[in-house]
Amino acid sequence: MKIHEYQGKVLFQKYGINTPKGIPAFSIKESTEAFKTLDTSPVVVKAQIHAGGRGKGGGVKLARTFQEVEKLANDILGMKLITPQTGTHGKEVQRLYIESGADIDQEFYAAITLDRNKEKDVFMVSTEGGVEIEKVAEETPEKIIKIWIDPLLGIKRFQASQLAYGLGLKNDAFKEAVSIFLKMYNCYLSTDASLLEVNPLVKTKDDHIVALDAKFNFDSNALFRQNEILKMRDLSEEDPYEVEASNFNLNYIKLDGNVGCMVNGAGLAMATMDIIKLAGGEPANFLDVGGTANAETVKNGFRIILADDNVKAVLINIFGGIVRCDRVANGVVQAVKELGLKVPVVVRLEGTNAKEAQVILKESGVSIIPAIGMKDAAEKVVAAAINNGDK
Amino acid sequence: MSILIDKNSRVVVQGITGSEGQFHSEQMMEYGTNIVAGVTPGKGGLKTLDNTIPVFNLVSEAVEQKKANTSIIFVPPPFAADAIIESALAGIDVIVCITEGVPVRDMIQAKEIVKKNNSTLIGPNCPGVITIDECKLGIMPGFICEKGNIGVISKSGTLTYEAIDQLVNVGLGQTTAIGIGGDPVIGTTMKDCLALFEKDTDTEGVVIIGEIGGQMEIEAAQWAQQNMSKPIVGFIAGQTAPPGRRMGHAGAIVSGGDDTAEAKMRILEECGITVAKSVADIGELMKNIMNTK
Repeated sequence: MKIHEYQGKVLFQKYGINTPKGIPAFSIKESTEAFKTLDTSPVVVKAQIHAGGRGKGGGVKLARTFQEVEKLANDILGMKLITPQTGTHGKEVQRLYIESGADIDQEFYAAITLDRNKEKDVFMVSTEGGVEIEKVAEETPEKIIKIWIDPLLGIKRFQASQLAYGLGLKNDAFKEAVSIFLKMYNCYLSTDASLLEVNPLVKTKDDHIVALDAKFNFDSNALFRQNEILKMRDLSEEDPYEVEASNFNLNYIKLDGNVGCMVNGAGLAMATMDIIKLAGGEPANFLDVGGTANAETVKNGFRIILADDNVKAVLINIFGGIVRCDRVANGVVQAVKELGLKVPVVVRLEGTNAKEAQVILKESGVSIIPAIGMKDAAEKVVAAAINNGDK
Repeated sequence: MSILIDKNSRVVVQGITGSEGQFHSEQMMEYGTNIVAGVTPGKGGLKTLDNTIPVFNLVSEAVEQKKANTSIIFVPPPFAADAIIESALAGIDVIVCITEGVPVRDMIQAKEIVKKNNSTLIGPNCPGVITIDECKLGIMPGFICEKGNIGVISKSGTLTYEAIDQLVNVGLGQTTAIGIGGDPVIGTTMKDCLALFEKDTDTEGVVIIGEIGGQMEIEAAQWAQQNMSKPIVGFIAGQTAPPGRRMGHAGAIVSGGDDTAEAKMRILEECGITVAKSVADIGELMKNIMNTK
């Protein structure tokens, strides 16, 4: 789960990490009021969306006067902000953050995330702040300083010092950086973050270390114990169908193809998408119905898949382990009848009670195309989609 | 022979009185698994499953009184890492954690403890391990398996079943099948399992099923190139997965260049592994290799 920058800064303030003063604004009026309340110039008007690269897309601008803030708020609120991370459709800006400008001496990069290979958190800093860190990692990897944190010990002061030395900091700025790195890790740990990134982290001309950005990702498995974070979730930043699917405990991701699929298990669901592509079709979605594929889940699955007009045929691929295929078959028959489906449906059921399931499908009278094995299923559904698309 | 578990494994079920624990304990016993005890904190002293299995408050009691050496965990996500650590500290050799949704923060700590105590952890978020006709320690349908000479290692539950089914259809049975789990941090990696199968005298070939995200398949392939004498058939799910999206499993997300399906398939092939481009070819490819041996 992601949150907005302004929400990240609320967390920073709570954990004692310096940030400039700022106020979130949902309208032009709130933006100009924020400017008056901040009572400083210049301010930065920042678009709040769940994607990086906002500056490049024109979503972060400097303003010196009331009128400039008013104009920028007018321009940015409601715009479709396109950044390298939003895709070509962009994202509509619904929130702004009005923040006091900082007197920047040096820009750094700082981030904490899980290193999957080492199975430890890694804390990275670099003197190359404010730019794309991926580029730094590729071209001058020696400019990124990394420390790995022992999961049983937590971060140690010498490690934070190592990072601050690496940035070439001295005296008061050094001490402040050490303290901020320790607080950053504490914040990351306490909120069950999977990524905490500050780009840029700056040294101001009066020797303070200040976070000008705050990017968070959180471990969705840990949200059950993170009520404060969960309250920050902005559903308008997420795909509405994916949100609806998650309400039914279905795991759905929309794609651009024409063959819908409904599968039990994430791995098999991915493999089903892949084999649809190999058979010459394009998958329209990823949908894992999980361990309880009954009539209700199948019905909800159909509704979500078919809300996408591109879908010309649907493949149901279930390998029954604990899930019994005869129950799934009954669910499919019931769902097809109740929803009065117009698109062809190919069904492949294997595993527990697969034979009984075949009989149920055959005797149901609903027009379902049965398939044996994944290759057969993929070929049949792709042919059906082409056939249906030509009508 | 086989790996990890066999008919001599003495199993304690953590979370035995919950609905999942009850159902799967019955299924496992039906398969022949030697369940000697259950653990549910606060329910010590009871007997469960038709009054046949004693329930203890602590894993250490099951170890002391019933000589349990293997555990399987069916407890909810907030308590799963705690259950793993409890087992490791009680001296359990093989721990299987079925629970899905364990916070990664909890897992990196639990894994450190497991390592320090020389236990082996499978999972979390996995279907478990089955040594055919001897011991089922998990939630997979045992009846689809047949005894034979192929080892199976997979990140995904239902894809494990798919691979087993295909192997059986071409006349190849299995020694042990392991669902290692789809989370970013898991107890036993693909490489660890390959090393066990290499040592197992009954296993003649291994199927590995990976997916997008992480470097585990690559690490395993590179290890195999240097150390493995037995043939491997590999498949990577997620060739059509868009980058930056979590595909169900917490670990299945393309974040860099090397963790795409395409990159992994290429590296597996470079390391001498026979790669199935289509999931439907896994069984056939293994059959061809076994026939030409």
